[in-house]
Amino acid sequence: MKLEGKRLIWQDYQKEIADDHYFYARSCIRQTFFPGAEAVFVKILKDELGKDIHDNAHHTSCTGIGYHSDVVPFDTTMTVVARQFALMTEAGYENYAASCITSFGLYTEILETWHHFPETEARIREFLYKATRREFNKPKNLAHASDIIYKFRHQIAAKAKFKLVDKNTGEPLKVVEHIGCHYSKMFPHKGIGGAEYPYVLSGMIEAWGGEVVDYPERRHCCGFGFRQYLVQANRGFSISCSKKKFESMEPYEPDLIITNCPGCPMFLDRWQYALSEMEGKTYGKNNHGIPVFTYEEVAGMLMGYNPWEIGLQVHQVQAEPLLDKIGIPYDASQKFKGKNGEDIGIPESPSYLKFYAD
Amino acid sequence: MDKKAVNFGYIVTRDRQIDFDANDHTISRIVANAEPSLNLCISCGTCSATCSAAQFTDFSLRKIILLLRRDEIKSLEKEISKCMLCGKCQLVCPRNVSTRNLIIQISKALTTVHP
Repeated sequence: MKLEGKRLIWQDYQKEIADDHYFYARSCIRQTFFPGAEAVFVKILKDELGKDIHDNAHHTSCTGIGYHSDVVPFDTTMTVVARQFALMTEAGYENYAASCITSFGLYTEILETWHHFPETEARIREFLYKATRREFNKPKNLAHASDIIYKFRHQIAAKAKFKLVDKNTGEPLKVVEHIGCHYSKMFPHKGIGGAEYPYVLSGMIEAWGGEVVDYPERRHCCGFGFRQYLVQANRGFSISCSKKKFESMEPYEPDLIITNCPGCPMFLDRWQYALSEMEGKTYGKNNHGIPVFTYEEVAGMLMGYNPWEIGLQVHQVQAEPLLDKIGIPYDASQKFKGKNGEDIGIPESPSYLKFYAD
Repeated sequence: MDKKAVNFGYIVTRDRQIDFDANDHTISRIVANAEPSLNLCISCGTCSATCSAAQFTDFSLRKIILLLRRDEIKSLEKEISKCMLCGKCQLVCPRNVSTRNLIIQISKALTTVHP
C-alpha cells in the first residue's frame, strides 16, 4: 500500500486526547518488566511539558490479565474498574490516562458495554457502592499514555538532545513499531490510525527522526496472548509468534523496536534470549539481537536522560550498540549500580546474545 | 549451534504459513480441467463422514480436496491410495461432485506430472 493511502486512512481515525490534567493509572506488570518507563512518562509530562498528572497510590490492577485468562468474571472486573474511576472522581480529575494497553482496551470495552447496556452500569454502580460506599463519574476523556506522548511528540522532539539518526552516517535509524493488540484491534476508532494502520508509534518515530520499517508481519501479535504464556506448556505458541515476527523483520535490518504495551517489549525482548538459547539464532548483527524499548524509554533516551536511570540495563537485548550509534553517552561502570552507587548485581551472561558488563 | 540447546519446557512450533504463490498449481489445474465439478465442493465433509475407508484409517476426501486447492501435493499420492473407489461419497455429496472420478483424475495427474 502506498504511504499516501495510509495517510488517508489515518485521517479517518483520529481521537480526541486531553491537553492537561490527567489521572494516571499505572500498569501492574510494566513496573517490574521495565521499571524506568512509567517514571520517564511522569517526568516528561511534569518536568518537560509542565502538565498536571495525578499519580494515585491507591489504585489497583484493572484485573485485565485475570479477565483475559478467564479467571476473573466480567462483573468483578467492571467493579474494580469502577473503583479506579471513583478514585479519579475523588481526586477531581476527568481525563483518564492508562499506562497499560490491556487496561486501555478493558476500560474502552467497559465504557462501551455501559454505553450500550445502561442497566449493567447501574448494577456495577450498586456493587461498588455496597462494597466501598464509593460513587464515580465516567472519564470525559480516555487515552492511552502513548496517545499523550504522540500528542506532544513535536514538543518532545524540540526539547530532545538526540535524534533517531546514525551519528556517523546521518541516516535515519530503521525502527520497527509494534502496537499492542488491545490498543485498537478491538475498537479501531479508539486508536490513532485505526486497527490496520495505527499511527501512534509511527508518528513518534517520524517526529523523532527515524524511519518506520514496513515489514510483512507488522500487525502480528507479539505472542503474549495471556493464556499462551501463563500455562508453561503453551509457551511454544507465544515464542513461535515472536519468532514469526523476528524472521519477517530481520531482512530489513532494524536498529530497534518500539512498543506501547506492557507485554510486547517483555516478550519481544526476552524471547530473543530464549530463541538464542534454544536454536542458537540471534536476529541482529554480531549476535547483538534487536533492542526493544518502550516509547517512554526512547523519549527519555533522546531527551538525554542517563540510560541507567531509565532502566535500560534490565533489557535482555543490550542497548549499548544503539546508544553508540545515536551517540548517547553512558558510563559503563555505572550500569549495574543502583541508587547511591549500590551494587545491584550482574546477571549471568547468555550463551549467544552479546552481553555488556564493565 | 555449537552449544547444547536449553530446554525451557516448551518448543518452537514450525510456521504453518502456506505460500500460495510458491506452490505448484499444475496438478490442481489438470484435475479441475478434467473434473470441473471439483469447483462445486463446499468442503462440507459429508464425503468424509460417510467414507468406509475413513472408519479404519485417517483417510479424508475433504482434506484431500483442501490440500489440492492449496496445491500442497506432497502427501496426496499416499492419501488417495487409501480410497477403495466404493462411491458412497458420490451418493451423499450435496453438490453432486463426481468424487470417484476426482480421485481417479488426481491419481492420473500425479502419474503424468511426477511419473
